[in-house]
Amino acid sequence: MTPLLISRYTATTCLGRGLEPLCDALLAGRSGLKPCDFETVELDTWIGEVEGVDDVVLPPALGAFDCRNNRLALLGLEQDGFAAAVRDAVERFGRERVGIFLGTSTAGILQTELAYRRRDPVTGALPADFRYAETHNPYSVADFVRAFFELGGPAVAVSSACSSSAKVFASAGRMIAAGLIDAAVVGGVDSLCLTTLYGFNSLELTSARACRPFDRERDGISIGEAAAFALLERMPDTARALGDDATLLLGVGESSDAYHMSSPHPEGLGARRAMEAALAAASLAAGDIDYINLHGTATPSNDAAETKAVTALFGAATPCSSTKGATGHTLGAAGGVEAVIAALALRGGFLPAGVNTHVPEPGLDYLLATRSAPVRRVLSNSFGFGGTNCSLILGSAK
Amino acid sequence: MTRSVRPSPSAFVTGIGVLGPGLPDWPAAAAILAGRASWSREKTVLVAPELLPAAERRRSVRVVKLALSIGLEAVASAHANAAELATVFASSGGDGYNCHHLCETLASDDRQISPTRFHNSVHNAAAGYWSIATGATAPSAVLCAYDGSFGAGLLEALAQVAVDRIPCLLIAYDADYPEPLFATRPVPDAFGAALLLTPEPGPASLGRISATLTDDGADALADPALDALRRSIPAARSLPLLGAIARRETRRVVLDYLDHARLAVDFSA
Repeated sequence: MTPLLISRYTATTCLGRGLEPLCDALLAGRSGLKPCDFETVELDTWIGEVEGVDDVVLPPALGAFDCRNNRLALLGLEQDGFAAAVRDAVERFGRERVGIFLGTSTAGILQTELAYRRRDPVTGALPADFRYAETHNPYSVADFVRAFFELGGPAVAVSSACSSSAKVFASAGRMIAAGLIDAAVVGGVDSLCLTTLYGFNSLELTSARACRPFDRERDGISIGEAAAFALLERMPDTARALGDDATLLLGVGESSDAYHMSSPHPEGLGARRAMEAALAAASLAAGDIDYINLHGTATPSNDAAETKAVTALFGAATPCSSTKGATGHTLGAAGGVEAVIAALALRGGFLPAGVNTHVPEPGLDYLLATRSAPVRRVLSNSFGFGGTNCSLILGSAK
Repeated sequence: MTRSVRPSPSAFVTGIGVLGPGLPDWPAAAAILAGRASWSREKTVLVAPELLPAAERRRSVRVVKLALSIGLEAVASAHANAAELATVFASSGGDGYNCHHLCETLASDDRQISPTRFHNSVHNAAAGYWSIATGATAPSAVLCAYDGSFGAGLLEALAQVAVDRIPCLLIAYDADYPEPLFATRPVPDAFGAALLLTPEPGPASLGRISATLTDDGADALADPALDALRRSIPAARSLPLLGAIARRETRRVVLDYLDHARLAVDFSA
């Protein structure tokens, strides 16, 4: 594929608002996870909660969109000058030439969960203030961000579980390549809700401790929430040279497992195909990758399958880690968060440690401590329920 | 506001599947849309395809049965191999009944939800079951744009065909919601349309389409009852395009898409 410019990016996670606290925590090897005290949830698990989401106030004209998920989206947009960069892109390209592609798994379903507690005792009706389209529907977060910037291009939510906000890069990239748009706001927003906390618990996939990706003693995930955004643009004309620190999207690879709804292919075949496709799209060999940000959910089956897929392609030569011990598994936002972490690794010249992990799976160069090193190309994996896989390769222009 | 002329990705329509109220398959729907047969609104009949393994067939919810049925019809009509096809799944929401049961349980004193209900709640449930049933390991995009989901899916599928030069199967589907959700999301029945789009024409090709965004208003169907169907189920926003294909009529149709734009689709038979 023709590389695309990632001209601005930001992420808000349980580690804090925007890039600075995220980068600091990655460098220090700090986790943002805590025992679950979300809403009325009584589960023996840990979560990654973004502080202050409930205090965010949406612009009055967009009040119909009010819910935790869209508040988190707005909080994320306001960091690192991201909103200003989008407005600048609208100025440069025209609002019809900027699209929006956001990943989410549950959008604002919490709003519906809460509304079901307030049903009319006689008729069973939901309360009159409940807004399905603007809060619960998967498109609600994309529509909210589209309306916030008054974008006029194609707008869509990608909702393929935990690969969602990696796959937005593929969809947006194709729209740019097809000539339909010149730039796209991409990313993912997912917020804590009862459906995912009780749902992953029902599958016995949540850990009673802070998750330990790739550790031999790992026993499940910690659910987190996050808003991550990137501004993806057609490469500027050669006349306008890129800075050395420019971040590029070099390749995207996608595949399906065709195996099981809630377990990965045991040999990691789907994961391997996604990574191979990303390398092919970027015209790179495995040896060209300096760091792999693993999907690494910390379930026994995911990390075992991903280990097989990574060792089959990379051997033990490529440093890798999962950053979900720091951020939690932010589900539909995970691909976006980890693309941002890949960009931070490129910019800062460091390989982030996998927090909480003590004795990793054998056969990998798994990072137990953050390493300083020149980083030119990073591969980031995102896999999800239903056997949906996506790998991204980001690189620096230098 | 006017949109200047822009590139519009194109593809050949090489297979179609349809299932909806009084529309049991594409040949029946084509006869109705071409005015050769009359339409009566009978409830959509959903059956889980035999192709699914027994466990998955037992667990499949309404939207899964719908999506698989129309996808398989489109593939069969084109004599294509489902295992080799990239897919785009477009739906305005997941399974309404499954969602209702989950929310009811989570609002009760015992919040322990069923693992099957949880995995069926993901928006890509149909895509996952499709991949398991057909053995398709190619990429699958799973999209939602509320009432504009068909348009969003069509644009994505056209971009895949135009950019990657590969066949792509678009499966657009929506099913009904029970009360109390129905009051806020009044989708009355199930409707789905699948289009197999290919970069080159084949023996089964029905014509060529290209699409671009427009500010023009969407086309309505001449038959008021069918137009009511078009407006009541998001995936049925595809009917004006299906009508042009059924009539083999070279023309531009404008489909409902998003609040801020419609989709102009040029069809040449």
